[in-house]
Amino acid sequence: MKTVLGLAALISLLLTIVPSILVAMGLLSWQAHATLMTIGMIVWFVSASWYVQTSKS
Amino acid sequence: METTTSISQKLDALYEYDREPVHEKSLHGIGKFFGIYAGEHIAGTEYVIGPLFVSHGVTASDFFLGLIVGNTLAVLCWAFVTAPIAVKTRLTLYWHLRKIAGPKLTVLYSIVNAVMFCFLAGSMISVSATAIGLPFDMKMPTLTDMLPNSVEWVIVVLLVGAAVTALAILGFERISRFSSIASPWMVLVFIAGAIAVLPKLDVQSVGDLWKVANEKIWTGVPFAGQTKFTFWHVMFFAWFCNLAMHIGMADMSLLRFAKKWYYGFASSTGMFLGHFVAWISSSVLCAAAAGSVAPGPIAYMGAGIAGAVSVVIAGWTTANPTLYRAGLAFQVVTPNWKRWKVTLVAGAVTTIAAIFPAIMMKLLDFVALYGLLLMPIGAVIVADYWFLPKLGLRQEYAAHRGIGLSWPTLIAWLGALAVAFATPYEIFFIALPGWFVAVLLYIVFSYIQQKYLAPEERRTL
Repeated sequence: MKTVLGLAALISLLLTIVPSILVAMGLLSWQAHATLMTIGMIVWFVSASWYVQTSKS
Repeated sequence: METTTSISQKLDALYEYDREPVHEKSLHGIGKFFGIYAGEHIAGTEYVIGPLFVSHGVTASDFFLGLIVGNTLAVLCWAFVTAPIAVKTRLTLYWHLRKIAGPKLTVLYSIVNAVMFCFLAGSMISVSATAIGLPFDMKMPTLTDMLPNSVEWVIVVLLVGAAVTALAILGFERISRFSSIASPWMVLVFIAGAIAVLPKLDVQSVGDLWKVANEKIWTGVPFAGQTKFTFWHVMFFAWFCNLAMHIGMADMSLLRFAKKWYYGFASSTGMFLGHFVAWISSSVLCAAAAGSVAPGPIAYMGAGIAGAVSVVIAGWTTANPTLYRAGLAFQVVTPNWKRWKVTLVAGAVTTIAAIFPAIMMKLLDFVALYGLLLMPIGAVIVADYWFLPKLGLRQEYAAHRGIGLSWPTLIAWLGALAVAFATPYEIFFIALPGWFVAVLLYIVFSYIQQKYLAPEERRTL
């Protein structure tokens, strides 16, 4: 479970940073970048919080 | 009534070793401090400080060099000044100071300290409010706004203040846990927001970055009505923007939980992510927003909803430990009050302060003043801990003799401030000479007090 959560957290961080680079390179629209960042944010807070709880238990 | 009593009992149970040395079993590893410092210094106010430097016409080279030198000096202060005394005493600043300065002077210091902490937390609540107000099309405060500019602003600030206070009442553990979870994501939001707006600044390739940095971001030309800043402004601000925490010793309250003194170096996460990467990012966002300084809108422009949420969270994660410290400070003044009650009072003061945008728009000056006012007490603690024994004088003399008010401490505090304010320099530069004056005054008058005015003491020393 921890591995899955860790992977989800990692993907969420990639969703946060990578789209902005694609915007800067002209490969992605700003709107798509903002949507992906929002998804990344939700996934991060769910997975990271769950990961911390799992680690404690 | 029974429910009220039950909540009260639960809140009272949130006892955190405030008034006695931290027990060994309560110490934390260095990872926790990396998280706390990162969370605390990747704050909503970083969204303001970058734009304020831009508005003061800093050049790109002055900005980068000033940040590198100033932040390094700040980390060294945490590691070599604050942490060693914190891990030896294991006390909060306030309870340690009580032994040096006496209870009466500690009360005075605590009032000043708590009020300044409240204003600082207030600026963070203001920052969060600019993001919360976005969906309501709230009129944003501008660089020149000192008073609230709309009813919506006041309502949003009151709601944010209530939420932050409620979280602070829940205690240190929960605050640091939330801070640790949020901070890695927040750093990336700052960076992503800045990268995403680069096309708006006509950056076509990596090779354009330095040219655009000089011509469109840190242009060297101040906004109308703003003074010109140089390398020295940036360096001293980066070094002293947390003066009260490191040289002022307020972070004894945090670092007393550290297993080793070198955990003070954990402050580097806060300095080089928060006060370097985040300030650069917010400067870029400000330039892309044609000079707008309201944190919520510029973060939204860079990163959309995630940007606005990051402003709220960044404000919360910083306001909470600051409010926690204010609660500790007020607790000295109200020794019979429980933690939740003093934090509630601190939260109320903070929220009222946050209603005034001046606290956010004049943040650079306020932060410098806040550090300056509290710095001499840190100098006294250092002098008492390291220098008095070497001169054959007794440490913590007020506690030893049962003195209510240590006059050498009072003279050192007021004397250092008087000398600092008498110097003809800007507020960013006068803390450094003030520290040496405070140390010198405290040593000289402690010597007089212990060697000449208490002759019976000399025999026992």
